[in-house]
Amino acid sequence: MAYEIVIGLEIHVELNTRSKMFCGCPVTFGEVPNTAVCPVCLGHPGVLPVVNAQAVEAAALIGLSLNCAIAPNNEFARKNYFYPDMPKDYQISQFDLPIAIGGYLDVGDRGQTRRIGITRVHMEEDTGKLIHKGATGRIHGADRSVVDFNRAGVPLMEIVSEPDMRTATEARAFLVKLRSILLALGVSNCNMEEGSLRCDANVSLREFGDTELGVKTEVKNMNSFKALQRALEYEVERQTSLLTHGERVIQETRHWDDAGGATTSMRSKEEAHDYRYFPDPDLVAIVMDPAEVERLRAGLPELPDARAERLGREFGLSDDDAKILALNKPLGDFLEETVAGGAAAGKAANWLLHELAAELNRTDTEIEDAAFTPRHLIDLLQLIDAGTISGKMAKEIFKTSFATGRLPAAIVKETGNVQITDTDALGKIVDEVLAANPQAIEDLKNGQERAIGFLVGQIMRLTQGKASPDAVNKLIRAKLR
Amino acid sequence: MEFSDYTAHALIEMLDRRDISAVELTKSVFDRIAEVEPDVHAYVTLTEELALAEAAAVDKRRAAGEALGPLAGLPVAVKDNMATKGVLTTCSSRILNNFIPVYNGTAVQKLYDAGIVMTGKTNLDEFAMGSSTETSYFGPTHNPWNIDTVPGGSSGGSAAAVAAGEAVMAVGSDTGGSIRQPASLCGVVGLKPTYGLVSRYGLFAFASSLDQIGPITKDVTDTALLLNVIAGHDERDSTSVPTDIPDYTKALTGDIKGLRVGVVKELMGEGIDVDIKAAVEASVRLLGGLGAEISEVSLPHSEYALSAYYLIAPAEASSNLARYDGVRFGHRTQDEVADMVEMYMKTRAEGFGDEVKRRIMLGTYALSAGYYDAYYGQAQKVRTLIARDFAAAFNQVDIIVSPTSPSVAFKMGAKVADPLQMYLSDVCTIPVNLAGLPGISVPCGLSGGLPIGLQMIGRAFDESTLLRTAHAFELAFGWHEKPNL
Repeated sequence: MAYEIVIGLEIHVELNTRSKMFCGCPVTFGEVPNTAVCPVCLGHPGVLPVVNAQAVEAAALIGLSLNCAIAPNNEFARKNYFYPDMPKDYQISQFDLPIAIGGYLDVGDRGQTRRIGITRVHMEEDTGKLIHKGATGRIHGADRSVVDFNRAGVPLMEIVSEPDMRTATEARAFLVKLRSILLALGVSNCNMEEGSLRCDANVSLREFGDTELGVKTEVKNMNSFKALQRALEYEVERQTSLLTHGERVIQETRHWDDAGGATTSMRSKEEAHDYRYFPDPDLVAIVMDPAEVERLRAGLPELPDARAERLGREFGLSDDDAKILALNKPLGDFLEETVAGGAAAGKAANWLLHELAAELNRTDTEIEDAAFTPRHLIDLLQLIDAGTISGKMAKEIFKTSFATGRLPAAIVKETGNVQITDTDALGKIVDEVLAANPQAIEDLKNGQERAIGFLVGQIMRLTQGKASPDAVNKLIRAKLR
Repeated sequence: MEFSDYTAHALIEMLDRRDISAVELTKSVFDRIAEVEPDVHAYVTLTEELALAEAAAVDKRRAAGEALGPLAGLPVAVKDNMATKGVLTTCSSRILNNFIPVYNGTAVQKLYDAGIVMTGKTNLDEFAMGSSTETSYFGPTHNPWNIDTVPGGSSGGSAAAVAAGEAVMAVGSDTGGSIRQPASLCGVVGLKPTYGLVSRYGLFAFASSLDQIGPITKDVTDTALLLNVIAGHDERDSTSVPTDIPDYTKALTGDIKGLRVGVVKELMGEGIDVDIKAAVEASVRLLGGLGAEISEVSLPHSEYALSAYYLIAPAEASSNLARYDGVRFGHRTQDEVADMVEMYMKTRAEGFGDEVKRRIMLGTYALSAGYYDAYYGQAQKVRTLIARDFAAAFNQVDIIVSPTSPSVAFKMGAKVADPLQMYLSDVCTIPVNLAGLPGISVPCGLSGGLPIGLQMIGRAFDESTLLRTAHAFELAFGWHEKPNL
């Protein structure tokens, strides 16, 4: 029996504001533990929170970019529960009056665009980080636990989707697109491995045609796009198997183990948890000035959909290529910089999406960190256009340039590895090869075109690949005419 | 008369004239403390060394002709629920019995900046929850007027210290009457300012939407002087209101002709001691004699105030007190524990007293899913109705009066076993907190040798009119009684 898959995502994004959500401590990553802290974010007795205006603005921008309505009045509430990573033993969050509600995000999955609802965007503070010593690094079986409060109080935005996604691929596409929007807004580093972008998924199955939702599980600990897709695929398969065997899905939180490729039960919850939300009496309601909201809306940067459309139009790229470049902001920026430097857009995009993307992937490098910059690509494309190097040589030179950061022209100059286009020099070699291969000439004359490939190959071998394939081809045909 | 019996404004003049040095004054106060503290137990912590050093520094600056703050050299006591950097701050609780703050609260910092000499940290009901200062982990404070009776609470230590001459002035905090009721029971003046006038930053929160810091002093002029220093917007407290702070001493003209004064009908009936009712009635006649127009006002929802308060305050407290969990500071159980949850439970079971536990449980219940609307939500609606009652009354009058406390100081232990009786001690003061208004208690007589307090309530942020009225009453009434310790 086939079931309809129902997926909703809850995404937490740490903002890259200058200071924390409710105090003046800097937002840091990887600092010495417990150095970016003060009495407020340590929850000392008597301290009070003060809302970070920059974070409110970022939250409004996120809401606007996701087509949400911005609540004219929104407020903070306390979410009460005990946990040692939370200094006050309550989290200041938003509950029934979040900053943004009721938006959507259009997601293209295999050429089809589907509209995924956004339930809400709300502001809260991040918790500290527990480090469990001994055993597996998880709390169970640990010898002891220590806590780093540098992260406590970092502005955290929670974005909740409607349960509108129907495949794991679609959920992944949603997250990719959401991330590209957040990066375009510049409000977060969105690094999934470092945890500045975290995604939980609610997964349930139901029979096609059902309007009621099935029993869901919440899947956590998916630290990459790939992990999200794999975890969802696993969870769908697990639930399908349960249902087809007449068993029930239990509402619970499940932990994705990326190495093991499976989800395991963390705790069955919801019915056990009562967070006793109530409006935080230490804070006053946030009143959003409509004129200010309109100013923010007008100032929104170019978002991925608009960029894809523009890249397609201005650079003559295919829809697919334009979309990939728009969804990956650094890649799109790289292209625009390369084109601005005089390179042909189509050729540049081709290099970016194939050679460069492959090399980044192979070496696990972020494009921003790569030694190979737009200037290097411009240089490389100029060498090809001038005929100084062949496309094949260019690939070798690119790899060296990528690895060393040296400009392609400098590499060519040093190795002397240039393409032989000189007809006289090539003519001699062509004559030698023709003389040595009468059978191939015979075949060619009889219309067997692949014989020319053999001849060109012989010549390339003798020139160690430096001969211009184009020039060699022309020479052979001229000599045999 | 000892120096410690003078008012602050008298001492400021004496210090200015160099009739007395800050060190002499401070020593005089500590002599008095040495004498009476064994009977009164107003303090959790005394900071004599620090105080004498501060006093010496003030004298040095005065000698050098340097500019001095308005309270320079005055020995002031601070309730032990306000953060004082480097000085033990316990909230009179075992759970904070080793806690030394790393920062000064805003009000405390302003007092330091004004040049005060801090005498120490005064005793309170644990976490300011109580009306008798009997729930302190460090033992009760005794009323200087009769050490077999309670000083009121929760700021009983501050009120007793001022009444006994163990400090020239003090600051307390008031969530449901915790400044005014002990001031009433100890025969001193206590002001709860408008919610939002004084920063709460550094005040260990009990009920955030009700807590306010305020002065406890020997007279109204001293209250005005102290309020001048601690009032004002603080960017660290989002609930503190940006408003211009006048010089409150300028309001003390002694003239209340034409002022409309309303007596609260509902707070002059059942449950109020006869002597107290008589004293308040006499006080109202005195105000009339000063030219005020007297009438009766009604606060029809005041009978629900206590119930609403005992949902809202514990609800907020249940969340505010969650942080005392043994993880980062304060008491942690020394017992072997199996896991984190057991550590939490044992720590809190050992660290909190019964009244605090009672209110945490009450508040947790009131906020629980399924009960929120019926309890916390409903209480907030009542709160709105009470605020509307006051707004309607203030359409007719400028100042509202009532008793501060339904009884004078009661015997120690008399109400410990009956929380409801204890809660009724604040029946007159709680509505004022719920409405966020300023309220002051001034002495207005004695009953059986124990002081009676008159409560006056003003419009929000109109402390000037309130202090003017209290001051005019004080001048006319001529209160000169002192406890005979």
